Amino acid sequence: MTYDLTFAKEVYKNSEEGHWIKMCMQCGVCAGSCPMGFLGAWTHSPRQIFQMVRAGMRDEVLTSTDMWMCTSCYNCIVRCPRNLPITHIIHGLARYASVQGKADPKQPTHHFAKDIFWENIVATGRVGEAALTMKLYFKDGIGEGIKQGLEMKDSALGMLKAKRLKPIPFRGKIKGYPGFKAMLKKAFELENQKEGKA
Amino acid sequence: MADGQAAGQTILVVGGGISGLTTAVEAAEVGYNVLLVEKTPHFGGRVAQHNKYFPKLCSPTCGLEINYQRVKNNPRIRLMTLAEVEEIKGSTGAYTARIRQNPRFVNQKCTACGDCAKACETEVANPYNFGMNKVKAIRHDHFMAFPSHYYMDPNFAASDEAKKLVAVCPVGAIDLGMKATVIEEKVASVVWSTGWKPFNAEKILPYGFGRIANVTTNMRFERMADKFGPTGGKLVRPSDGKEAKNVAFIQCAGSRDHNYLAFCSRICCLASMKQATYVRGLYPDAKVTIYYIDLRAMDRYEAFQKMVEADAGVRWIKSKPARIDEDAKTGNPVVVGENTLTGVRYEEPYDLVVLATGMEPNSATVAKVPCSDARYDEYGFVVSSGGLFSSGCSSQPSDVSGSVQSSTASALRAIQTAVNAKG
Repeated sequence: MTYDLTFAKEVYKNSEEGHWIKMCMQCGVCAGSCPMGFLGAWTHSPRQIFQMVRAGMRDEVLTSTDMWMCTSCYNCIVRCPRNLPITHIIHGLARYASVQGKADPKQPTHHFAKDIFWENIVATGRVGEAALTMKLYFKDGIGEGIKQGLEMKDSALGMLKAKRLKPIPFRGKIKGYPGFKAMLKKAFELENQKEGKA
Repeated sequence: MADGQAAGQTILVVGGGISGLTTAVEAAEVGYNVLLVEKTPHFGGRVAQHNKYFPKLCSPTCGLEINYQRVKNNPRIRLMTLAEVEEIKGSTGAYTARIRQNPRFVNQKCTACGDCAKACETEVANPYNFGMNKVKAIRHDHFMAFPSHYYMDPNFAASDEAKKLVAVCPVGAIDLGMKATVIEEKVASVVWSTGWKPFNAEKILPYGFGRIANVTTNMRFERMADKFGPTGGKLVRPSDGKEAKNVAFIQCAGSRDHNYLAFCSRICCLASMKQATYVRGLYPDAKVTIYYIDLRAMDRYEAFQKMVEADAGVRWIKSKPARIDEDAKTGNPVVVGENTLTGVRYEEPYDLVVLATGMEPNSATVAKVPCSDARYDEYGFVVSSGGLFSSGCSSQPSDVSGSVQSSTASALRAIQTAVNAKG
């Protein structure tokens, strides 16, 4: 078997903060520090994902749901002896998998980030929390939505009381919405240029 | 020739551990004048705190004893203890060093009979044993201490009890009137060998040293293993004094880590393997676990590693542990991490966890070279330049034999500077 660095180089170049992966010394501190690991939420630890990138396991990495389990607690970044921004690398890989069309569209975090959250914020220029929450709860059907809504009812009422949740879901667009849209358009242009899709 | 060497061609050696002693005797034995300055009351430095050397597992007192004899028998070496170099001015070949001589409160008449310590009631935490036991306020550090004179803590010297002890001494060696003095010496070259201190393990918060009683450090463990140490050579848990029969060693505790010391301290892997033999030798039913990133048996020490690996009672886990918890019921430290060879996460309890802390150069903190020409590398080790040389652990992390080699090399360079200065 030859030592094929094609995928590693692809990640170093295209995935946000991906170039740091070459610095990993496989000590395992990130894996032991990740709160999700002991909950059994992932199959491969950050350390293993990094080694899989270096081993050229393109499909296994990009289709993995492991990157989507990160809660951004930053334990790994704080403890990494080689200063790797592990949280950011993992987020970068998740995004890269999505851009490459490899990430499972039904994976809840992926689905939420790419569709629900994005559509919500683009529609008006601001986050409408009530609509956002509703869409998330009802993504698996009406029955599931009602069940989840009832489960979280107390939290929601508490947030309403503390004015942390706007009761009216649709408040219309932000001031200067056309400018916001123009900004997004430009951002997409730049991104497509960067990713060679222009 | 060296016989005609003027006072100005003296070589100043700062630090009286194994490195400074070596530079001093090597330079003096080929005919050059040396001034050897030590900050503490005794020579011997870190080596004097060790139970055994690796790889031969012999006693460090042996190597020190030989060097003390060479020092004693050589009229070209002038010794100062409790002395600190405060300033070095001038240039290569023509330096002036200002040296502060702190009071010992015991003069050279002292025969180390110990009558004063017996009579002394004041006890202090013993710095020689990292505060793990108490010791008298007038004392010497250990039975091999050189010079073999007692000393008194400055705070105690001002007490009423100290005045009473004056009469206790059968040879009249206690002198409470001693004051600090400052001298200036002209020297041709300087060898900086102020050694190292164990990295402060309290800074590694996830490992809980200082918070979890049964998490200790390699240097403390070394003192425990010494039969003249605070536990009389027993390896026990600090929390309850029970024998530590299930012991874990964690490598790179503070080394090879950008949050602490970014460099490899080079000695810790071998030191832990050596300490594994202490545990296994003392308690035949004991279990030892060594957590490591990768093992670095430097130089010719691989044979030592093979020897320890042949012991089925020693287990090796390739992993840098993420953190240590404490089991509140048993006081057991619980080591948490991921085994990087299997990918399996573990939470394992031990009687005692020993952190293999690394070497922080004193030249980075408490013993900076007081000279504007001094140069350092990015970690605070002294880089030799002009007539200022570094040796041993002031120049890089090294074991005893590496320190001796580097100190012999520094002696030669210091001699060259002294000879050139003479013109």
